[in-house]
Amino acid sequence: MMRVSLFVTCVVDQVFPNVGMAMAEVLERAGCEVEFRESQTCCAQPAFNSGYRDQARSVAEHFLTTFEGAEYIVVPSGSCCSMISHHFAELLPGDKRVHDLEPRVFEFSQFLLNVLKVDDVGASFDALVTYHDSCHALRELKIKNGPRQLLGNVRGLRLVEMDIAEECCGFGGTFSVKFPEISGGMVRTKIDSIERTGASTVVSIDSSCLMQIQGALSRAGSKIRTMHLAEILASK
Amino acid sequence: MKTPNVTEALGDSKLQLAIYSATARMAERRRDVVSPDAMPDYQALRQHAHDIKKHTLDHLDFYLEQMEKNVEARGGKVIWARDGAEACAFIQKLARDRGVKVIVKSKSMTTEEIHLNDHLEGDGVEAVETDLGEYILQLGGEKPFHIIAPALHKTKEDVSDVFEKHLHSKRETSPEGLTKIARIALREKFLEAGMGISGANFLVADSGAVVLVENEGNARLTSSAPKIHVAVSGIEKLIPRAQDLAVFLKLLGRSATGQPLSVYTSFLAGPKREGEPDGPEEFYLVLLDNGRTKLLADESKRQSLYCIRCGACLNHCPVYRKIGGYNYPWVYSGPIGKILTPQFMGIEHDPWLPFASSLCGACGEVCPVKIEIPRILLELRSDKVAKGGDNVELWSFKVWSWVMRHPKIYAQLASAALSAAPTKKDSFFAVGPLKNWLSQRDLPVPPAKSFRDWWKERTH
Amino acid sequence: MTSREQILRSVRAALNRQSNEPVPPVLLSEAPTEGLVEQFTKALEALAGKVVVVKTPEEAQVEVDKALKGRTFIRSSDPFSRAAIATIDVGITSADYALADTGSLVMFTESNESRLLSLLPPCHIAVISSSKIVASLDDVFRLRPLPGAQSSAMVVITGPSRTADIEMRLVRGVHGPGEIHVIIIEDDVTHSD
Repeated sequence: MMRVSLFVTCVVDQVFPNVGMAMAEVLERAGCEVEFRESQTCCAQPAFNSGYRDQARSVAEHFLTTFEGAEYIVVPSGSCCSMISHHFAELLPGDKRVHDLEPRVFEFSQFLLNVLKVDDVGASFDALVTYHDSCHALRELKIKNGPRQLLGNVRGLRLVEMDIAEECCGFGGTFSVKFPEISGGMVRTKIDSIERTGASTVVSIDSSCLMQIQGALSRAGSKIRTMHLAEILASK
Repeated sequence: MKTPNVTEALGDSKLQLAIYSATARMAERRRDVVSPDAMPDYQALRQHAHDIKKHTLDHLDFYLEQMEKNVEARGGKVIWARDGAEACAFIQKLARDRGVKVIVKSKSMTTEEIHLNDHLEGDGVEAVETDLGEYILQLGGEKPFHIIAPALHKTKEDVSDVFEKHLHSKRETSPEGLTKIARIALREKFLEAGMGISGANFLVADSGAVVLVENEGNARLTSSAPKIHVAVSGIEKLIPRAQDLAVFLKLLGRSATGQPLSVYTSFLAGPKREGEPDGPEEFYLVLLDNGRTKLLADESKRQSLYCIRCGACLNHCPVYRKIGGYNYPWVYSGPIGKILTPQFMGIEHDPWLPFASSLCGACGEVCPVKIEIPRILLELRSDKVAKGGDNVELWSFKVWSWVMRHPKIYAQLASAALSAAPTKKDSFFAVGPLKNWLSQRDLPVPPAKSFRDWWKERTH
Repeated sequence: MTSREQILRSVRAALNRQSNEPVPPVLLSEAPTEGLVEQFTKALEALAGKVVVVKTPEEAQVEVDKALKGRTFIRSSDPFSRAAIATIDVGITSADYALADTGSLVMFTESNESRLLSLLPPCHIAVISSSKIVASLDDVFRLRPLPGAQSSAMVVITGPSRTADIEMRLVRGVHGPGEIHVIIIEDDVTHSD
């Protein structure tokens, strides 16, 4: 049995635990043995993106220690995954642990499709759904069709594309609070596009995007809900 | 952190619509012509263009000297200007010496950079912008809003107002009619001017040539009608060979507006030759440093100088598309402006600038010369932090880092913080980042228990 | 130290280059050479240019007269007068090359074509032999690696002058000609115009 180590991310751990639970469930259903290493905290992205490389480095090293020896690390976030697989090398150039780690870290949908070779997890979710392409997932991890393929196999789910799926939701980590008006303007453009699809649910593989989008939807009094891909795939 | 006042731009729905739809159109046209079906070698061409620029800038001293040699061999003169003051002083003196009273200018961000028009006007010389968008703005006393579409924020009614006021024309609300008014007014200037000043899209070292790319014809007129042609160019515009234009011209028009070729591409190698019926009698190339050698010295950010000024990054930047060109501190706006400004001016000048980005990466994806704008933004952020100044933030991250290396403490603190967080906008505790978040959107409802608590319960 | 010396010194110091790297190779694409007349016609017509294909210089003259519609004109073979060029309606020129993929005309000043004749009048008529049509600009660079060798200027003209500076609405004929006609003489003989 494949042993999979979860890196749930600090946002999922503390704010959206259901996403982590759903991901664990889907992986177990797919035949994996799932472990959660308790010493995990954060991928260091907040510090790195804010220019605090020393602080980011020490947290990255904590990550490396936590996940030493893990065969597969699965992450329910495109941005956290790309922080680890693309940017740890900038913080710790030439570090062998980073080099060994990179091929073993996967974003959740990539893990299902490329490692488990599974595109149908037997889920059902009866709804009109639209998908938001989160930026790091799209541009750094080149994730575009994978989640759509997985959603396409969910029974009862109808997928409709919004006209600006690839446009940034405006979260950008601390950008959302350092430049709130611009961030707010960006997310309102996004939710206008979502509303135009008529979908009841917007899905992404990044909880931070979903937090931004949900916050704007609820402020606008919308009934549209946000769900992480893992939550949809865990639905029966 | 001090930030620009974007409230006005964000609240102006007319402006928002103008920026959004104009940039959307340019982006769509680009997409059509660089898709894998339309241009299968697009990615390979981008890499090749990047490689040529890298080589050129890594050997810039060699190519500068080659350029100078070839300009002079063709009968032109090269002026080396360390800064804007030197460049302007040369041009002002030349105008004085030749008795030039009217100058026509074609679009050049470099001349904006050095405030050339202000200097010339100070001498009582009339320096007329001839690119239609720039002309409209000049008449109205405004600055360009976008590299490629300088007046995209103006309606036709705005334009008629400007023409009525400054040209005493009749009210006209069709773009065709307005364009005709400008054509007639500017035609006079082209034929009267004693000097034409242009920028340069490319400098071709093996030919001593300047390349001008445009759609209107004003750059051709600027460089062909008056007796003197002065081209002002940053030193980074060099490419090694005329044949390299084949690659750059494939990318420039497509990236900017979705055109395989712009209407006019002029390859200008010096003043007119013996036997040619027309053309300038004198040609000067002003090579401008103005801080470029500073950027050149930073090897990891040197590629910021590869920019061919296509405007694609502006058209795809969700931040630019919200706040427009006037909310950037310098003449270069958009993502490229975000990386050039701190490098030219010093990060202390506008320390917030590299942070005004969600790092979405759309800019890097569309840059025809593959400048890694997001990576450079992150480096600039790190440079800013290294300079110091925000002790509160520094200590916050030191504490954060410590907490994140002590999982048990992190777990307790995080849960406590979440349950205490105000969800309401008007809460007393909604200060700082929380206040900023709540000003635009709601906070999520904190969960009953964290993932790690749930996992612990599940496995026991 | 002159500004020149200072700038070059700054550049060398900035680069601190240890060795010289070779320049990347020239990259010129090859394209099929069939159907160039049709390709050119389609490309220029898509830009609102007008193209007519004839078999002889006499037929070409007929087409020129048709396009002129009785307007004032100057040919490139006429004696040069800047003042006259600034007043007439139509400039008639040849071209050194034409590009099939983009519907462009390429003119070198060494052919003694005035720069202003294809630029000032509101209408430009070009008469060319089909043998001048090449697949793309890459071919021109292949044939003329140093365009400035004999000419002070080479211009590539791709359709009528245009702008979208006012509300992104397309307007033709801003400063350059808004009307462009190309008459192609399709024969096997190279013509001197």
